[in-house]
Amino acid sequence: MNRIEINADACKGCGLCVEACPKNILALSPDKLNASGLSPAEVTDMSQCLACTACGLTCPDSVITVYRD
Amino acid sequence: MGVVFQKTPVLTDVTLHYCPGCTHGIIHRIVAEVLEELGVAERTVGVCPVGCSVFAYKYFNIDFHEAAHGRAPAVATGIKRCQPDRIVFSYQGDGDLASIGNAEINHAAMRAEKITTIFVNNCIYGMTGGQMAPTTLVGMKATTAPLGRDSDHYGFPMKVSEMIASHDGAYYVERVSVDSTKNIIGAKKAIKKAFQYQVEGKGFTFIEVLSTCPSNWAKTPVESIKWLQENMIPAFPLGVKKDKGGEA
Amino acid sequence: MARMLMKGNEAVAEAAIACGCRYFFGYPITPQNEIPETMSKRLPEVGGVYVQAESEVASINMVYGAAGCGARVMTSSSSVGIALMQEGISYMVGAELPAVIVNMMRGGPGLGSIQPSQGDYNMSVKGGGSGDYKLLTYTPGNVQETCDLVQRAFDRAAKYRTVVQVIADGIIGQMMEPIEIKTVEPVQYDDSWASKGWDYKTGRGFDGQERPKSIINSLYIEPEELEVLTHRLFDKYAIIEKEEVMYEEYKTEGAEILFVAYGSVSRIVKNVIEVLESKGIKAGLVRPITAWPFPSEAVYNAANQDSVKKVIVTEMSAGQMLEDVRLAVRAIKPVSFYGRVGSQIPTPEEIVDFAIADLKKDEEFVLGGR
Repeated sequence: MNRIEINADACKGCGLCVEACPKNILALSPDKLNASGLSPAEVTDMSQCLACTACGLTCPDSVITVYRD
Repeated sequence: MGVVFQKTPVLTDVTLHYCPGCTHGIIHRIVAEVLEELGVAERTVGVCPVGCSVFAYKYFNIDFHEAAHGRAPAVATGIKRCQPDRIVFSYQGDGDLASIGNAEINHAAMRAEKITTIFVNNCIYGMTGGQMAPTTLVGMKATTAPLGRDSDHYGFPMKVSEMIASHDGAYYVERVSVDSTKNIIGAKKAIKKAFQYQVEGKGFTFIEVLSTCPSNWAKTPVESIKWLQENMIPAFPLGVKKDKGGEA
Repeated sequence: MARMLMKGNEAVAEAAIACGCRYFFGYPITPQNEIPETMSKRLPEVGGVYVQAESEVASINMVYGAAGCGARVMTSSSSVGIALMQEGISYMVGAELPAVIVNMMRGGPGLGSIQPSQGDYNMSVKGGGSGDYKLLTYTPGNVQETCDLVQRAFDRAAKYRTVVQVIADGIIGQMMEPIEIKTVEPVQYDDSWASKGWDYKTGRGFDGQERPKSIINSLYIEPEELEVLTHRLFDKYAIIEKEEVMYEEYKTEGAEILFVAYGSVSRIVKNVIEVLESKGIKAGLVRPITAWPFPSEAVYNAANQDSVKKVIVTEMSAGQMLEDVRLAVRAIKPVSFYGRVGSQIPTPEEIVDFAIADLKKDEEFVLGGR
């Protein structure tokens, strides 16, 4: 299954990856805060992930790793 | 299950001090990936400016020189002239390059200096808190243009890539943007081409990258991307301005 | 190299090359033009690089870049050009980069004149750039000494990892004298700090040295770190003050009048001493060869002799080294000043006349030529 990993504590919650994901399966966490007190990005439905790396490309802080089947 | 995208080892583990959504981070990553892919990181020396990217040396796993405001192209010249087999690049913002360092960048181009310059244009002074830059758009507000840049008083935004392309010493000049996945891929292609030309010993290569500044534009990161698309791209047309090695 | 007649500026370039200087970044300005001109011809002949920059500001920053790679590099200029380099010099001191700067002083303030002057003493040794730092500064009196001090400057710059200045004037730059350019094998000092390529995979410099990533930088955003850096600089300065002071004593033994003068003016003062001697007045000279560290002890000891009635400072300026002399003498003897400004060169006669008249007065401050 394609999947991505987000280093939540390094994420600054800027939301650019949420905007970039063609499947709209990324969102800023509504309930969790990371070490910096920011709402990190998280995947809402990993099964839809295309491993297209759009999220990785638009992340200014290189916190996303993408795995493809 | 293979990794198809991960952080390049040419970037350090130091958290970027840039504001959330600031696209400096994307540009840093692109440069680092290009150095890794060209296999030249160990003989590359970076020169960072005074501005938001003054700490760029903390984020790259390569040797770096920190230049005085506006002087990065001169520092880079000094490095390249005494270490001609090294890959040397300056990474500069619009205050650093287009304002105080305007003579240095133009003369580096005139001399066909065999270095690469990555010029990050976000139409504002970031580190010092949002003052007007030479590339600030007409009507755009800044802390030193509180009612917006009035061309009658402050003239018009500087078209840096076009200016640099006018030098015969400039070998390859392109303006790119990192506002979308497509443009990020395009920006990497251009930056890789610029460094490749340097590897081949070609003259001055210059890439202008349109970039955002959410904090000083007082917009969210996503709004900033939209503002860039709607205002900066029309004012600063993307594309190759000169490519002595290519078809353009 | 055999003994030959050579113009000061050209000799500076040859002396630098003869001790391993291979990089020069500069800009045209009278009266030092023959230095970059000679470098532009000679450096390519010895595998070096000359670049004419777009300004003195760019020049010093090119020097910064090359010095950051551990290259043996210099620049030269005159007064207003050196003024433009002050920011870059302060950066280089903060980044602990070695380089040599030669200043063939010309008249000021402002565009001033193209004739010789000593008007940059304060800019040179009282810190022309921002922040706390000192610059080892040599003040040669003739072309041979200029060559020897330029070569010494390269060694001390590398040894102490700092900028070293040689401040002469248009007379020395434009004058021809018989000299001998010595070939000096550069002493190698540790340069593992140099930043010229580093391999993150092996943790070694591109040239193989075992070292961490190297950053050439003068920004310390944490005050504690800037304080540590500044303490390190001043530890260096304490050593330099102890070991690098240079001066000449000329007929100071039992002198009645003690002159303090440097550079070209010191040669005029030696004439003055002969003339005064012929009039039965015993005069001597302490000639600083380093403006910083200033030879305060030597000046004090010479002035402290019972025989000395008056200390007279003579400069081609409105009295800049004068203040260092006053500090050194600590008011144990009166310190008078006779200077010429506007690039006017004092004659022996006018200094003799001043000295004789001055003996009957207290401390005087006179700008001649009125």
